[in-house]
Amino acid sequence: MNTTQKSGITPGSIMLYGSLFVLALFFLMPAYMAIVTALKDPATISLPTAWEWPEEINWSSFPEAFGLLKSNIASSLILTVCATALSTVLGSLNGYVFSKWKFKGSELIFTLFLFGMFIPYQVILIPLFQTLRAMNLYGGLPGLILAHVVYGLPITSLIFRNFYAQIPTALVESARLDGAGFFSIYTKIVFPLSIPGFVVTSLWQITQIWNEFLWGICLTRHEDNPITVGLAQLAGGQAVSWNLPMAGSIMAAFPVLMIYIFLGRYFIRGLLAGSVKE
Amino acid sequence: MKEASLDRLKAFLTLLPSIILVAVFVYGFIGNTIWISMTDWGGSGALAFDPQKNFIGLDNYVDLFTGFLSGGFRQDLVNAVYYSLMLLAGAIGLGMFIAILLDQKPKGEDILRTIFLYPMSLSFIVSGTIWRWLLAPQGGVNVLPTYLGFDALDFQWTASTKAILEFNWQNIVQILFYIAAFILIMVGLFVLKGDPQKAVKRWLGPGVVLGGFAWLGGSLLPQALFMEEMHGFNLATLGIIIATVWQYAGYTMALYLAGFNGISQDLRDAAMLDGASNTDYYRHVAIPMLKPITISAVIILSHISLKMFDIIFAMTGPDNAQTGHPALNMYMTTFRANDFARGAAIAIVLFLVAGTFIVPYVISQYKQRRRG
Repeated sequence: MNTTQKSGITPGSIMLYGSLFVLALFFLMPAYMAIVTALKDPATISLPTAWEWPEEINWSSFPEAFGLLKSNIASSLILTVCATALSTVLGSLNGYVFSKWKFKGSELIFTLFLFGMFIPYQVILIPLFQTLRAMNLYGGLPGLILAHVVYGLPITSLIFRNFYAQIPTALVESARLDGAGFFSIYTKIVFPLSIPGFVVTSLWQITQIWNEFLWGICLTRHEDNPITVGLAQLAGGQAVSWNLPMAGSIMAAFPVLMIYIFLGRYFIRGLLAGSVKE
Repeated sequence: MKEASLDRLKAFLTLLPSIILVAVFVYGFIGNTIWISMTDWGGSGALAFDPQKNFIGLDNYVDLFTGFLSGGFRQDLVNAVYYSLMLLAGAIGLGMFIAILLDQKPKGEDILRTIFLYPMSLSFIVSGTIWRWLLAPQGGVNVLPTYLGFDALDFQWTASTKAILEFNWQNIVQILFYIAAFILIMVGLFVLKGDPQKAVKRWLGPGVVLGGFAWLGGSLLPQALFMEEMHGFNLATLGIIIATVWQYAGYTMALYLAGFNGISQDLRDAAMLDGASNTDYYRHVAIPMLKPITISAVIILSHISLKMFDIIFAMTGPDNAQTGHPALNMYMTTFRANDFARGAAIAIVLFLVAGTFIVPYVISQYKQRRRG
């Protein structure tokens, strides 16, 4: 193991802890700034004193920002729940086929799926906009849900495929010899084993969909704008008092931050699944 | 036997809806965007249900790169190159550094990991909003030195209008030749030790020829514009780059930590027994072993930098000329100016740039899976 750890205070360990301390400050600085600004009375916010802790804590920015973002939060909740549920279930079925029912060309199809994960979404935006308009889905949540489900398929299929690769094929084979078919193997063997897979995938999708902005601003009308669009509008005004955007940011960050802090282990697995394959 | 083939059919039918959706929404739409980019769709009637579209070939592309009024797009493209390079260097450098520090197993490792990774879970709009406030010229980061007894900084951050490393777009062809020559020569020098003959023949020779040609025959190369147009690294983008590095350094840290943990303790002990110092271990053993992780990180981060839409939008608004990016330009051109054909052409340029590193990556993954 490392020598610095055993021998107490050495120049090495001072360097190590010193660097980590400075880095931690850098990473926490924006969070601190958001909190102090949100807790100040708008009249007391000034640039030179931006870092100072408020003399009197003022909570009213939070209800005020919530009032402004209420409908956005509602839209985002509906969007996130529906799109996550659909894309996760489809991803699970796809992953099951991709890993346990390989057929000629299935690897190629999987690769073509993966490619869809890496495209800059600008390249499909205009036809998507046209198609949703033609289907009468432009402007509302159903269209946005459809977009998130379709473009979520590559990553959800990928995570489940890699997850199911760990289930021994022998288990599936023996069930087949016992006469179980495609769907009964899924419901009796694969699905009960996939709870962690569902947790990883749905947490990943929840964070992605909750945080998404480009489609929100291009494909929804004002009354159905998700939280990110609402926040950008709240913060983008000219004569902006900074307590409201900061309170809004904290509220928009809250659900995903909670997921990350309490279920971080699963969140990181999703993160790694998206990049380090197998 | 019959049942087995029925099951196989069921498997295929389960996958079929997803195949159709991906085929239409990914590949069909890309094809459609390519087609739109070669039309003149735009203007006042653009939002009609059956808008007028005439085929005009590659005119939109020619205009983007050489048109008199498209200087804004060209600056955006230059910005995108700098955004990508700086994000790669910053996030990989800082992420790797933090991973090495945490690999020393300091006390409180779990809490520290949480602190370094939490920005990853936030929306770009949230982090962009907060960083905009942090980079306000008269406050935020600029006044931090006063708490340590120094003078406040006076850098204007996203409001800065200075640019460095400027070049003339007229000479873009010549500059691209120089860059290609530089890359060839660098690769050549890298290969030189292992296989001198191949290095000279494949890399050094062509590099020198190309560079020499660009230098001597530069005046023969076509000029992209009829007048001078300067582009460079806009200092206003620096704040956005710092914010993006802040958000993504934790991601590369997580990748490298997972990699370091995967290296067996035996290997590390063996290296130490051979007299390797800690620095030697990372330089010559651990980091070379994690080359696949570095490649993954490069791909994912380049891909993110090409999509830097949200954070720029949140920090400077969608139409700031200094900090622009083709992704924002595409949005403004398409959805604010209703110039759909031009927006499609910008999207295809972005797509082609992304494709140059994503296609080889996806294909290599495919080959690996087939072998493994």
